[in-house]
Amino acid sequence: MASITIEGVAKRFGDVRALAELDLTVADGEFLALLGPSGCGKTTLLRIIAGLESQTSGRVLIGARDVSALPPRKRGLAMVFQNYAVFPHLTVYENVAFGLRMAKADKARIAAQVEKAAMLLHIEALLKRHPAQLSGGQRQRVAVARALAVEPAVLLMDEPLSNLDALLRLEMRAELKAVLAGAGTTTIYVTHDQTEAMGLADRIAVMHAGRIEQIGTPSDIYDRPATRFVGGFVGSPPMNFLELPVRDGKVDLGGFALPSPPGAGQKVLLGLRGEDVALSGPGEDGFTFTLKVAELLGPQILLTGTAAGGQPLRIVLAAAGPLPSLTPGSDISLKPDPARLRWMNEAGQALETRS
Amino acid sequence: MRESRALPYLLIAPSVIFLVGLFLIPLAQTAVLAFQENGGWGLGNVRRMADDLNFHDALANTFKVVLLAVPLQLALALGMTMMLRKVQRGRDLLVWVWSIPLGISDLAAGLVWLAILTDQGWLNSVLFQIGLISQPRAWLTYETPAALLAAIVVAEIWRATAIVFVILLAGVQLLPKEYEEAAEVFGATPWQRFTRITVPLLKPSIQTALILRTVLAFEMFAMALALGGRNFPVLVSEAFNAQYFSQDYGVAAAYAVLVMVISVAATLLYLVALRTPAEQRS
Amino acid sequence: MTSTIGSNRALFWTGVAVLCVWTLLPIYLLALGALGGRDIVAQWPKPFAPFGATFEALKTFLAIEGVWRAAWVSIQAAAMTMVMALALGVPAGYALARFRFRGAGAYRVLILMTRAFPVAILALPLTVSFIRLGVYDTPFGVALVHAVLATPFATLVCASLFMGIPKELEEAAWVFGCSRFTGFLRVVLPLALPGIAAASIFAFVLSWNEVFAASVLTVRQRTLTAYLLSVLSESPLHLQFAGGLVLIVPSVLFIFLVRRRLFAMWGIGNR
Repeated sequence: MASITIEGVAKRFGDVRALAELDLTVADGEFLALLGPSGCGKTTLLRIIAGLESQTSGRVLIGARDVSALPPRKRGLAMVFQNYAVFPHLTVYENVAFGLRMAKADKARIAAQVEKAAMLLHIEALLKRHPAQLSGGQRQRVAVARALAVEPAVLLMDEPLSNLDALLRLEMRAELKAVLAGAGTTTIYVTHDQTEAMGLADRIAVMHAGRIEQIGTPSDIYDRPATRFVGGFVGSPPMNFLELPVRDGKVDLGGFALPSPPGAGQKVLLGLRGEDVALSGPGEDGFTFTLKVAELLGPQILLTGTAAGGQPLRIVLAAAGPLPSLTPGSDISLKPDPARLRWMNEAGQALETRS
Repeated sequence: MRESRALPYLLIAPSVIFLVGLFLIPLAQTAVLAFQENGGWGLGNVRRMADDLNFHDALANTFKVVLLAVPLQLALALGMTMMLRKVQRGRDLLVWVWSIPLGISDLAAGLVWLAILTDQGWLNSVLFQIGLISQPRAWLTYETPAALLAAIVVAEIWRATAIVFVILLAGVQLLPKEYEEAAEVFGATPWQRFTRITVPLLKPSIQTALILRTVLAFEMFAMALALGGRNFPVLVSEAFNAQYFSQDYGVAAAYAVLVMVISVAATLLYLVALRTPAEQRS
Repeated sequence: MTSTIGSNRALFWTGVAVLCVWTLLPIYLLALGALGGRDIVAQWPKPFAPFGATFEALKTFLAIEGVWRAAWVSIQAAAMTMVMALALGVPAGYALARFRFRGAGAYRVLILMTRAFPVAILALPLTVSFIRLGVYDTPFGVALVHAVLATPFATLVCASLFMGIPKELEEAAWVFGCSRFTGFLRVVLPLALPGIAAASIFAFVLSWNEVFAASVLTVRQRTLTAYLLSVLSESPLHLQFAGGLVLIVPSVLFIFLVRRRLFAMWGIGNR
């Protein structure tokens, strides 16, 4: 087990800057997700940690060791690849045993470790088969078993579930969580799927265009996004952002007044999640939401429309609760949950709230 | 991975050294040797080559074979490729049978056709048995130059069509069927589909095949010797004679340079004539 | 309507059959001539089936010493060609497949040049160098020239093979304890082996069949092709036919072994 420290790591590919200077620390035993859209640099960062790419500047430390110049095999880590990278010419047993064989472990230890990993991943019955005879999900298990068998100090995972179909992904996610919790290995997990990150990670680092926008626990990220990007990326439907004018210490939300947050300028950005609004009762103050489309999504209804001067807004109401008129074009009066407002300046940076 | 930047260069180094030493340098040496005379530059070797008794015959024979055999081979190979597309079962077997000549040396091919065309060979046997001739007829003598030429052309076609065929086949595999299917939907006949869609799309493969085949054809040697012997001189056999029997290295080099120049000219011709402009590439 | 389709189909298959016979019959006839001994060569008109193919004739065939001795020289030269082509082509192919480096373009041009030039003719100037180096009239000298023919082909085939093996597999090997070299040995090579085997067989056949360079570069230790060429006008016909058969059979056999990869490889090697 070891911690991972990244100091000032940057990466250029010719003229293209893939990673700005990044600093990041992953505690011993922690599960950190690198979350972001494709092209944000998360995989590049992971590969730099693995030693598969070399950084343009900066250092990588595993535990107290500076591994920046070491090849992958000398860094004491294991990796699960997106396309599994299970060796086709070896049996499942030989695949899982591979790392141990390269480390010249003795036969008894190899057998014990392979058996342990196989049991954890429920592939004991497949040990004699070749990867070509396995399904995608089974190959994925082999890849994970191979990584766990070497009991690495650090485990790296590069979108391991993205090639599985949706149902399998859900099952594997739960299994992975159980298996990894048991092992307690320091893990970095790259994904573009925010539900995966939210479900698996102790902390999430949200990345965008080569920078880390925010690092925090899943609830930090969800409830208190630091930037507009983070708010918009995490959560489904994405967080809404309304540009609202500030006058005399009050924010004008389509006629509904809200106390202005500290540090607000002439305009302010209100981050509001679709589920954090409610219908205003009779006689209650509210702002007008003009409905365009209503979609029934099982237990919820997604309403898409405009508010506060024609700005797009998406809200979510419980299908079983009281519902307004759902005719397109109708006006609905809504009130926001004051505890769940996320204020940002015009640049998309969060403003600290009073409390 | 952090590795020596020189790694790729180290990996190709052995082959580069090898090719430079055993290809580029002898190439230069041949060129130099051809134009050297008494320790200086001169066209003496070239003149001796051109004055040689057999030179004009060799030049003419070589070109005759190339100009006759190569187009026929292209046509035949195209036909074979198209026919193969219609075969489902036994495809592999058919490809193998039709590619067998690929593995056959030009010398062996010459011997094969010698067995057929020699005075007491199988061709005469057949002709005799169906009553066309009453005694063995000579096909390969200097008295029958047209027959000899035809024999060599036929033998060359037999031997080397497989080369063109295999390259065209590889090219055809890469052609998506949609283009021809679209043409069919729009009313094109099989012949129109072939000439207007398939062949133009195959141009790169045809170019490759023609370059390779033509260069090899100008190098023709053992076939001519086996079937024609002294009656059918070609450029390379004359080069061989100069080198091996007359020990006239200069003239041999002159022949070599001539063959190289012709090959390069032909290659350039194909590259230009069968060029696919970038816009037309898929 | 059906009758035209039917007759079209009959025509088609007749054409296929004719082409097959056209390809195979001459070889069969050569085999007849070779195995029939002295008698069949003199026979007129010739039979089309091995009637009276005697054991005697076969023994004559097997006892043609010159042919077998020369075949042995050919085997040596071809084996050496194969080894050299692989030794040079495998690393070069790997470099082309996995690295983008300046000079890759120039290197490819060098390889293509060997196609555009009549390579065997280079045996002429090499005669003098070989005499000086002491490799004239040896299987090794012949193999050197043949390797010039075979290496570019081997390189391009290997490059294509390695490109078909996902880089992720090598990276997994590196993560789990391999250096680039051991990763290559343990992961890339086993997966590329069938293709490499096919390419080496092709290199072998290339050398086995080559006539001109082998004839120029040997005097006493002649390869089979050089030997047969030298006895073309003098030898009795049955010996020539026998030699031709010995020349053909291994090649055809080898091509059969690699038939599946045949046009894939040949198409690649000549792009």
